Amino acid sequence: MPDIWFFIEVLVGGLLSGIMYSLVALGFVLIYKASSVFNFAQGAMVFFAVLTFVGVMELGLPFWAALPVAIGVMVLVGMATERFVLRPLVSQSEDTLLMATIGLSFVIEGVAQLAWGVDVRNLDLGIRDEPINWVMDKTGMLISQLDITAGIVASVMVASLALLFSRTKVGRGLRAVADDHTAALSIGIPLKHIWMLVWATAGVVALVAGMLWGARSGVQFALVWVALKALPVLIIGGFTSVPGVIVAGLLVGASEKVVEVYIGPKFGGGVEVWFPYVLAVLFLLVRPEGLFGEKIIRRV
Amino acid sequence: MSSKNILRRGLSGVAAAGAIMAAAIVSTPTMAQQPEQYFPVASMRVGPYNAMGTGIFGGVIDYLNYVNIKHGGVNGVKLVYEECETEYNAARSVECYQRLLNRGDQKMLLWDPYGTPLAYAVIGRVAADNVVLAQAGYGRTDAADGRVWPWVFGATANYWSQIAMKLNFIQQKEGGIDKMKGKTIVHLHIDTAYGREPLPAMRQIAKDWGVNLIEIPIAPPGLEQQSQWLQIRQAKADWVTFWGAGAGMSGTAITSAARVGFPRNKIIFVTFGGAEEDMIAGGAQAKDTHVVAMVLPGKQFPLIADIEKVLYSGGAGKGNMQNPARVGTIYYNRGVIAAVNYVEALRNAQRIHNKVGKPVTGAEFRDGYEALDYTSEARRKELGIDGMIPPYKLTCRNHEGAGTFHMMQWDGNKFQIVSKDWLGANDPKFIRQLIEDSAEKYAKENNITLRDCPN
Repeated sequence: MPDIWFFIEVLVGGLLSGIMYSLVALGFVLIYKASSVFNFAQGAMVFFAVLTFVGVMELGLPFWAALPVAIGVMVLVGMATERFVLRPLVSQSEDTLLMATIGLSFVIEGVAQLAWGVDVRNLDLGIRDEPINWVMDKTGMLISQLDITAGIVASVMVASLALLFSRTKVGRGLRAVADDHTAALSIGIPLKHIWMLVWATAGVVALVAGMLWGARSGVQFALVWVALKALPVLIIGGFTSVPGVIVAGLLVGASEKVVEVYIGPKFGGGVEVWFPYVLAVLFLLVRPEGLFGEKIIRRV
Repeated sequence: MSSKNILRRGLSGVAAAGAIMAAAIVSTPTMAQQPEQYFPVASMRVGPYNAMGTGIFGGVIDYLNYVNIKHGGVNGVKLVYEECETEYNAARSVECYQRLLNRGDQKMLLWDPYGTPLAYAVIGRVAADNVVLAQAGYGRTDAADGRVWPWVFGATANYWSQIAMKLNFIQQKEGGIDKMKGKTIVHLHIDTAYGREPLPAMRQIAKDWGVNLIEIPIAPPGLEQQSQWLQIRQAKADWVTFWGAGAGMSGTAITSAARVGFPRNKIIFVTFGGAEEDMIAGGAQAKDTHVVAMVLPGKQFPLIADIEKVLYSGGAGKGNMQNPARVGTIYYNRGVIAAVNYVEALRNAQRIHNKVGKPVTGAEFRDGYEALDYTSEARRKELGIDGMIPPYKLTCRNHEGAGTFHMMQWDGNKFQIVSKDWLGANDPKFIRQLIEDSAEKYAKENNITLRDCPN
């Protein structure tokens, strides 16, 4: 296989991995836009969502019946979060909300394991995580069907969310809430409905991300750590930008793979763990608000 | 009822309860109390290694309870335990060690944290605390030299023997050591002390056989391994020795191998991260993956069948496993065997020190552990573990034990044993020499006088 094809394979594989990071990061962006808080519980939500999905399937429901049930559970989780965690904290500082999400992450992790047990499960989406034969035959490159599917799913989700935010009343309300909770409340924007909707949507995004990650890594506790992959993506893309996290995900995925494969061996490997954070710090120096984040202007 | 009556009744109730409690307190010293022996359980039920932790420590606790229920303890000494959650975190495990060191009037005899970094965290202090470090198949390898490490035991094997066994299996598959020259083996490992532990022996054997050894680390939790597997593909590796931990890392390794078209039957998983849970996480792609076992899985062994009968059957509800279907799995059976070692060591200690039916001290327990002997088929059968572990005994000098394993292959639903017999290094004496050289070097650097061992 010529070196150039191998390079392209690394690059394409990295871009497709990046899409998976973006999917996780999307959940963070949704919450941040509505609550101005970094949702520490997003990783736990990914774990809980997919564990619920496979748990419901184990109870005997087929795939297409289990999916709406899992979505329903995530909507309930979103509603419960708004009612019992966020509503009592309206107008509190962002630090308070952050601490609340840390607590929430422990609760969700515990409830997930209490409800469904600690057994490791396999999730078969019916999409083979193996190379597509015709691409392999034509180019020698190995591109996974699951990666391609993840790319398509992420694109659909981003398009839907972009439409939701830009073309609907809810989207406008969300933007107002993101600017200032108290001001939004004072002009009659139903804060609790907005928060409920956003947390429920973040739960559904977590379910989709969890299903794709779970299909690759098994449905097990380590899924709570996929959030670590989203952090540099958020810093680079901006905490408030849906398109930003997609572009940043692609950037992080592609660069970390190329660096790991071509430069990593010179450092004894393991470069891809810290490289995205180095990239994020560089972005912070040049563009603190991220690629597409809202520029913060403060008058003194 | 008037308020006076209510008050009177309440007071008389309190008085009666007080009288019963007082009677109980007074009568306690006169009641014959069963002697107890306390064991700490450094479990990991939370976090990414929970599948392993719940299985292993579920097995440990089940066996301790089973001995109490079935045999009334060890010569009448009841086995009690206290659990502490380490989350496979070295710092947290040291906290647990300190917390569990004393329990009432009893001191901890043994520490078995089931993690190499966790074993390294306390290995320097166990001798001073008179605590046996039971690193069953994990931990610091050169601690298999009992002259330097009197308080540390590896039974039944260690990581250098395990990597040597893997290479021995590979050379047998390839048609002999002379066919190994020019072969490429990738050691794909978690980027921790545990992942790097087998490297001294592996590098030496690879050099001797002319094998091209490539070491590729994976940072935990290892849910993204595409770069590593692309490198494996680029290197045209013949075999991969996978040294991971946690079902997430294991499952991702399998699916990532499938993504780059690497045959799963050329991957050999390490004991520590090679169980049913690790294969299940990999899904259908896990079929044909090789896994090394130092304790065999299954309920066909009389001990496991009896534990299931006594603790779980008919809704007995005395078992520790949340999911009883996991009884007999790799991790569970390994936990049971770890506890069999504790109990056999205790039995030996009572016998050696004329304390049958009495609790023993740490020093006495150490002597009992060093006297572990599974060479008698009759004794293995009596314990119900014949065939589950290799025959071996520990000695003053040899704290490793068997140094042998079985090779298994995942058939999509369960493990099939593919090695004819327990298999060790191609040259076990060479591995033993490496161990003793390393231990002696450590002893010299730390001014440790070698213990004089007759055997």
